Amino acid sequence: MWEVLKIVVPGLIALLAAMAANWAHDLAYQVHALLIMVIAGVVCLYSIRTAGEPKIDVPSPTGYMDDVVRAGVIATTFWGVVGFLAGVFIALQLAFPGLNFDWGQPFTNFGRLRPLHTSAVIFAFGGNALIMSSFYIVQRTSGARLFGGNLGWFVFWGYQLFIVLAATGYLLGATQSKEYAEPEWYVDIWLTIVWVAFLVAFLGTIIKRKEKHIYVANWFLLSFIITVAMLHIVNNLSIPVSIFGSKSVQVFSGVQDAMTQWWYGHNAVGFFLTAGFLGMMYYFVPKQAERPVYSYKLSIIHFWALIFLYIWAGPHHLHYTALPDWASTLGMVFSIMLWMPSWGGMINGLMTLQGAWDKLRTDPIMRMLVISLAFYGMSTFEGPMMSIRAVNSLSHYTDWTIGHVHSGALGWNGMITFGALYFLTPRLWGRAGMYSNAAINWHFWLATIGIVLYAASMWVTGIMEGLMWREVDAQGFLVNSFADTVSAKFPMYVVRALGGLMYLSGALIMAWNLWMTIRGKAPAEVAAATPAE
Amino acid sequence: MADNVTKDPATGVDTTGHEWDGIQELNNPLPRWWLWLFYACIVYALLYTIAYPAWPLVNRATGGLLGYSTRGEVAAEIERVEAQNAEVAAELAAADLTTLDPSSAAFHYGMAGGAAVFRANCSQCHGAGAAGAVGYPNLLDDDWLWGGDLAAIEYTVRHGIRNEADFDARYSEMPVFGDMLEDAEIASVVEHVLAISGAEHDAAMAEEGAVVFADNCASCHGDAGTGDREQGAPNLTDAIWLYGGDRETITETVTYSRYGVMPPWAPRLSEAEIKAVALYVHGLGGGEDAPAE
Repeated sequence: MWEVLKIVVPGLIALLAAMAANWAHDLAYQVHALLIMVIAGVVCLYSIRTAGEPKIDVPSPTGYMDDVVRAGVIATTFWGVVGFLAGVFIALQLAFPGLNFDWGQPFTNFGRLRPLHTSAVIFAFGGNALIMSSFYIVQRTSGARLFGGNLGWFVFWGYQLFIVLAATGYLLGATQSKEYAEPEWYVDIWLTIVWVAFLVAFLGTIIKRKEKHIYVANWFLLSFIITVAMLHIVNNLSIPVSIFGSKSVQVFSGVQDAMTQWWYGHNAVGFFLTAGFLGMMYYFVPKQAERPVYSYKLSIIHFWALIFLYIWAGPHHLHYTALPDWASTLGMVFSIMLWMPSWGGMINGLMTLQGAWDKLRTDPIMRMLVISLAFYGMSTFEGPMMSIRAVNSLSHYTDWTIGHVHSGALGWNGMITFGALYFLTPRLWGRAGMYSNAAINWHFWLATIGIVLYAASMWVTGIMEGLMWREVDAQGFLVNSFADTVSAKFPMYVVRALGGLMYLSGALIMAWNLWMTIRGKAPAEVAAATPAE
Repeated sequence: MADNVTKDPATGVDTTGHEWDGIQELNNPLPRWWLWLFYACIVYALLYTIAYPAWPLVNRATGGLLGYSTRGEVAAEIERVEAQNAEVAAELAAADLTTLDPSSAAFHYGMAGGAAVFRANCSQCHGAGAAGAVGYPNLLDDDWLWGGDLAAIEYTVRHGIRNEADFDARYSEMPVFGDMLEDAEIASVVEHVLAISGAEHDAAMAEEGAVVFADNCASCHGDAGTGDREQGAPNLTDAIWLYGGDRETITETVTYSRYGVMPPWAPRLSEAEIKAVALYVHGLGGGEDAPAE
């Protein structure tokens, strides 16, 4: 029965996709339909060719499902490099607008490449990092193999398809114009299916765990998966204009739509980039430091405080807009209250090094994890500060916001992911250690200096343009035009691109180092499955 | 909790007795400074929500003890600036623009305020940079339909063009020559217009067209086609065109005529604002001096 389904369902999908491509109203939809037709066709043919062949079950030496994590390590690295490259390119476009290239219009326009960059780094790089590390962590800390058999593979490949559909859609002009939620309706539906599969695989593993208690990393990862599902569904409620076209219309309008969007947008930061990555932190930091987590009490209090408070903070993105003042006030005060719960994670991570501080001198991976916590602490202080209405009146719409996002994304999310990749690669491929420690050191310094250049240049331009925008003469008239601020920012735009280039170079060194490690000599040792009980 | 509690040798703190993949947890208390800062943030948040609009009720939200609102803040700031500028605005409203000292506060107020008035009221047709569009004159050049000195611009702004709202609006009307001339005559006069504007044309037809032009067009556009500002008749000998200078567009203009309108701004703008925007438009580059009396 299963064999038949594996042939019939992809075949039907390929047929429907071919019909959809024929009736498509726009280019993006047509390209996507053809893409799905080809993929479903290949799956169908493969199922026919392998039908009836006996299953060869190669047992994993650890007892865990690690193939999908290995694929995740490669995908994370690949998408990281793609996303950083896109970022450096659009940073250069802002400094040198000629790089928008007349011959490449409209595809190479900044407006289309910018969401490509943000989605590539957040969802492709960050998302793959989260999926692969949550698969790794939940199996280890539950002492159980991943639930659902090949469900893990469905999540992995389904998520890659989502990334490709989203990215090609942006270039071809399909967007619902919501920041960090640009993909159109059918891509959203596909992501919902993949995400539910992710939840089932993760939760199923927790339910069949052999450990009595659920480890703190898994609280954060589970809250991340559930909340992102809720955010994604509500913010993407829209009605397609036609089932053969990419365009859809949002069900909310005006300020309600804006409020939903930033409830989503802020909690994408809160649950995707904070809670999820804190889950990674709670595993990789104590493992790499070989020290117990500093405080169990702190993990409980800051976990519940964080997930309760984060969800209300979205309105601080809409200060001084059509949003009613009361909502704006609540968004601000919840952001202020969020400061300490955010820092709880930083304290718990850093203090875990108590008794192992010397590792900072000798272990470049530890250094990477610690600097990521430092940037986490810095950006979670900066965030509440920028949410204060008076500060926001200066910072809003300026490059300061861009700098803030990047000190969080490059510093916290990027660095902890690099640390996790360096931790996982030798273990997953059974190597004694990374191919080159010197290369990790180079990566560390290139990335750190790159972030400093990025954040500092954005503070300078952000505060400068904020002050220029509000500058008035003795009679109350604005002194500067918008174009004045653009030309004043030029030198800092070049510095920012340089910072990005350094960060990209570090990532390329990492990719080479990972590759050399994977290609390296035969396994040194195989860590066996060791559930505690 | 107490099943496997051990003492961590490095810090002397108890563990919680749990272990996952080799990871243990210490039973440290919450850091005091962390807890007190958390409490302080919560107290600050509560006090802030009492002072400012915050809690949604059934029909409205609490207004806060300070009576603050973002809209109120903007309104107060506008009021403050307007009160501060009342004197200089009155000075500009009473001033003779032609003799206004460019270094005076009133002149600065006119130029900067005029730019603001222009962006809010004029840019919809004339463009944000005042470069115009098809049917809407470019205000950056020195080609004027109704006159480009300060008094003429001020009059145009105040009364508008071809509107029914203002009795003193500038008025003229080009006939619909499609009803009066043969197609061949229109074709030839178009060639003549192309010729006098220096464009590529059919010389033989243009010669015939010159006669048609003298009989039908010269009364407004002048014998040489240089236009007449008294009637808003455009100069046809330059390369500047309001609707387009190609053969097809000129044929359409001659056949069907044009009827561009502009509303009167006197009912909508204050005296100082009208003077200010006239000063601003005059200062864009093409402004002319007042004719010698």
